[in-house]
Amino acid sequence: MSATIEQLSCQELVELVTDYLEGALPQGERASFEHHIDGCRGCREYVRQMRQTIELTGSLTPADVGPEAEAALLAAFRDWKPR
Amino acid sequence: MDDAAVIAALRARDERVFAELMRMYNASLLRVALIYVATRSVAEDVVQETWIGVLNGIDRFEGRSSLKTWIFRILTNIAKTRGQREGRTVPFSALERPGAVPEAAVDADRFLPPDHERWPGHWASKPEPWPEERLLAAETRGVVERAIEDLPPAQRAVISLRDVEGWSSEETRNALGVSETNQRVLLHRARSKVRQALEDYLMEAQ
Repeated sequence: MSATIEQLSCQELVELVTDYLEGALPQGERASFEHHIDGCRGCREYVRQMRQTIELTGSLTPADVGPEAEAALLAAFRDWKPR
Repeated sequence: MDDAAVIAALRARDERVFAELMRMYNASLLRVALIYVATRSVAEDVVQETWIGVLNGIDRFEGRSSLKTWIFRILTNIAKTRGQREGRTVPFSALERPGAVPEAAVDADRFLPPDHERWPGHWASKPEPWPEERLLAAETRGVVERAIEDLPPAQRAVISLRDVEGWSSEETRNALGVSETNQRVLLHRARSKVRQALEDYLMEAQ
């Protein structure tokens, strides 16, 4: 890795977190990102909170359409059945 | 069951498979429909019409896309038409140019000003660790749910598909018909707002 790691500010870093977590940062930027969080407690915590947010969101139960709507669709399916 | 098996079962009019498919996709279809139409009841109509469309089209489906993508394409077409009929200006820009309007992940006043002599753009008030036991409380999940409900529809759809349903970015992109970059912009904004809502909630009672 080159020694010329571009300096990121915290305000810039928080806008790159999703690109970072998605593996979408080009290598140079990825290096600056990791260099920054190595030395910055606030940003390290921020990235951790984003991961916690994702995890918590993943524990939600998906919403659903009402049972009436489902019943109506199954009725439609039965009507449609005989071609 | 893979696509081919599901398609064969639908063609054979297998009600159990149809019911299973509905249960799997209804919530996501509803989210995506809400990008285009204003109310939940209209969105439910759109979902119903989508399934009728699936049934009517399944015999002609050639499998050039995945079944999932095909179903969502039917939904999107119906929802767009419905949205236009409602006289709703469809927020294409929400999907096609989500970056057009800047939106900060974190309020600017959390950072030192850009002309600060030593630490421009660094935290003025940095995030503090969240209390673990409150984070895991059932109530906190309600906070996340409400934060997602409050999002603009396109952001809500993306975070629901990616993080609630656990879809890959490719599946999400195909279902919504958005570019990879735009999908990521929408996801970033959605997650950032949910994080902020969690921080507001978890830190206020400290």
